Amino acid sequence: MLQVSIYRYNPDTDTEPYMKEYQIDTGGKDLMVLDVLSLAKEQDSTIAYRRSCREGVCGSDGMNINGKNGLACITPVSEATGGKGKLVLRPLPGLPVVRDLVVDMTMFYNQYEKIKPYLVNNTPVPPIERLQDPEDRDKLDGLYECILCACCSSSCPSFWWNPEKFIGPAGLLQAYRFIADTRDTMTEQRLSDLDDPFSLFRCRGIMNCVNVCPKGLNPTKAIGHIRNQLLQQGT
Amino acid sequence: MANMRTLTFDAVIVGGGGAGMRAALQLAQSGQNTALISKVFPTRSHTVSAQGGITCAIASADPNDDWRWHMYDTVKGSDYIGDQDAIEYMCSVGPQAVFELEHMGLPFSRTEAGRIYQRPFGGQSKNFGEGGQAARTCAAADRTGHALLHTLYQQNVRCNTNFYNEWYAVDLVTNQDNAVTGVIAISMETGESVYFKAKATVFATGGSGRIYASTTNALINTGDGVGMALRAGFPVQDIEMWQFHPTGIAGAGVLVTEGCRGEGGYLVNKDGERFMERYAPNAKDLAGRDVVARSMMQEILDGRGCGPEGDHVFLKLDHLGEEVLHKRLPGICELAITFAGTDPVKEPIPVVPTCHYMMGGIPTNVHGQALTQGADGNDKVIDGLYAVGEVACVSVHGANRLGGNSLLDLVVFGRAAGLFIEQALKEGIEQRESSESDLERSYNRLNRLENSKDGEDVSKLRKALQTSMQNNFGVFRKGDLMQAGVKELEELRQRIANTHLEDKSAAFNTARIEALELDNLLEVAEATAIAAEGRQESRGAHSRYDFPDRDDENWLAHSIYDPTTKKLGKRQVNFSPKQVDTFQPKVRTY
Ligand SMILES: Cc1cc2nc3c(=O)[nH]c(=O)nc-3n(C[C@H](O)[C@H](O)[C@H](O)COP(=O)(O)OP(=O)(O)OC[C@H]3O[C@@H](n4cnc5c(N)ncnc54)[C@H](O)[C@@H]3O)c2cc1C
Ligand code: SF4
Ligand code: SF4
Ligand code: FES
Repeated sequence: MLQVSIYRYNPDTDTEPYMKEYQIDTGGKDLMVLDVLSLAKEQDSTIAYRRSCREGVCGSDGMNINGKNGLACITPVSEATGGKGKLVLRPLPGLPVVRDLVVDMTMFYNQYEKIKPYLVNNTPVPPIERLQDPEDRDKLDGLYECILCACCSSSCPSFWWNPEKFIGPAGLLQAYRFIADTRDTMTEQRLSDLDDPFSLFRCRGIMNCVNVCPKGLNPTKAIGHIRNQLLQQGT
Repeated sequence: MANMRTLTFDAVIVGGGGAGMRAALQLAQSGQNTALISKVFPTRSHTVSAQGGITCAIASADPNDDWRWHMYDTVKGSDYIGDQDAIEYMCSVGPQAVFELEHMGLPFSRTEAGRIYQRPFGGQSKNFGEGGQAARTCAAADRTGHALLHTLYQQNVRCNTNFYNEWYAVDLVTNQDNAVTGVIAISMETGESVYFKAKATVFATGGSGRIYASTTNALINTGDGVGMALRAGFPVQDIEMWQFHPTGIAGAGVLVTEGCRGEGGYLVNKDGERFMERYAPNAKDLAGRDVVARSMMQEILDGRGCGPEGDHVFLKLDHLGEEVLHKRLPGICELAITFAGTDPVKEPIPVVPTCHYMMGGIPTNVHGQALTQGADGNDKVIDGLYAVGEVACVSVHGANRLGGNSLLDLVVFGRAAGLFIEQALKEGIEQRESSESDLERSYNRLNRLENSKDGEDVSKLRKALQTSMQNNFGVFRKGDLMQAGVKELEELRQRIANTHLEDKSAAFNTARIEALELDNLLEVAEATAIAAEGRQESRGAHSRYDFPDRDDENWLAHSIYDPTTKKLGKRQVNFSPKQVDTFQPKVRTY
């Protein structure tokens, strides 16, 4: 029997959030946290959480698992609990809770949209694809794979304090994805859009984002690249 | 109900996967008043999981490649019940649609020449099957679906598409003329129901793999579009045709792409034998998916399966070397480590054929207009309803889809439907009206759930349904088992009509959504069962012990399942392409 403690809050019925305990029969197997949640939901259909792909590619089920942000579907219970003690599930920190483990991601998406997350190329469209050297394409590796799970931004103290003004690691990683793309013609504007005290420069290099990214991406590094390019542009 | 809000649009698209977002982009760019409803934030749609690539004759890997060769492969792959006019359209327009994706920013992998990288996939040939294996699948490493879906989302953000994210479409609204006037959808965040009224309602709701116990599909793939169409009395086509992908990770169901075999991986049995050489001497591991899946099952049934239970085979990749694996198949390496506990750089991956793709769906023409049959048996356009993507059956996949052809289907027909609707709106289609009682009918299911006081548990019934489908309608099928399956589903229908929604709260009530989804799973499952039992032959993915041969005399036809009578009829396959000669049915070997 696995002891599971789940954060519960239903705005229709609860005045305060609370932790609820469940006993889950895992059949002796090391299940993924998402599997445990679905067993818990069989016991108690009122538990709310998001999920879709169940293989770590859609970014639906970012949550706080025993104190660390991660995706429920690719986090084995043993990894979360260190093989002992109970599993503790809470919503991603720093974002308003809609219900139980479901958070309101509006602020997160707004910051993403702010960086103009789309390729702009003002040169005439060729009849086939635009050519790109494989080496130039390689520059996008480690950037384009982001699944917008918000594990990083919701673990970033700078984002907690300034969610309206600081773009946050996920948005900045995507900003750099387009700055780094040799096919994009808006580089200068992208850089100058970030050149204010908050959008980028609130990053304090705390690296929480890197430690939690379930896709192994490195927003801090991308932020460093943008900083350097801004400094170069300034001189 | 009485005070339900109405939101009025020119077009409402239900579904934010590749197909829905491609259609939405077309309409947003042309300034139409469009809404896109999706039960998940768009980038969480199942398209994100697509790995291997998008198949298209862009002539990068081979400068002489020709869309007609792609067409030939697709017709053959379909076991000759794909519509040749639609396949011709997809293969010939395809390059343009793929180049557009690149222009939008899709980060395709590249060749040394800077062109889009293409890899070999199953069922691909040069020169109409005479020129050996082709490499025609355009890829962004093994994350093509992710790259495609995010790119389309990004361009929709750019064009200010009206997104209704985490809204769940419950049912179609139809009027006395059987015209579709919109959908009723419910906001998951607040629980509010709204009538989305539109001149064009486009279904892009994706597949329904969750009718089976073991599937590569996302948990959200519950066939809502098919369910809604059937409940509205509209037919579905070739719904017995379910693709079982050869390489689902044993136990987990998670897919590893056919691109693994495209890059040079191959299957072995417990003796280490590369058994596909026996079943498909030419194409070997890159034969059609139906052929490979059956061969694997045969090995397992003959006692040559791997593992203590002998219930899977191995996919061997280690000989490709770490560099190729990490460059071309990085996502697969991650998935194998997470879900199979094996690192493909060192060990083979245990795999088993797993339910993957719904070839059937809502019949449409090449403009995405949904079709039904008139009293005379001829096609009749359903006023106001369109379908694109996996939910639609246009039909380019026939009895067996080729790898990489779904992503192409999404963007080609998402675009085509968008273009057609744009034109129709400009020419001025009128908004059809529905009455209070029409709306009332579409609201029935919600009402029943809200008033349910007791009844059975949703998750138990869902499991029972999935087990029945898995046992009775798998890779190999048998008349008596299928008849038993149809009976089981009849009983399940009674029980599912009686489910109990314990939690009636409004905010993000996922129990309510799961109850509504179960109704759709049942509709798809029952249609599948009746159609599978009714098609008395073996063709493509539909393989029967009791009718082992293809029967062109009686079944070179689409099946049409009519939900109002629960009877199976037929519809002619199109053999009239416009620019090339007809590809005549031949014996299908690889
Ligand atoms: C693991 C895997 C790998 C694959 N790899 C490839 C590949 O490499 N190449 C290839 O060509 N094909 C591949 N396929 C197939 C292909 O990915 C799918 O067929 C395709 O993505 C389906 O796209 P779609 O736009 O039709 O639907 P989906 O992407 O499934 O989107 C459906 C949309 O409808 C919405 N929706 C559904 N029901 C409702 C409702 N009731 N209310 C509101 N919204 C609703 C969902 O929110 C979602 O936005 C793969 C499939 C799988 C399972
Ligand atoms: S490195 Fe920057 S972005 Fe990352 S967590 Fe720290 S402050 Fe936030
Ligand atoms: S950078 Fe990583 S943690 Fe952050 S949103 Fe993207 S995938 Fe999630
Ligand atoms: S369910 Fe998709 S990332 Fe976990």
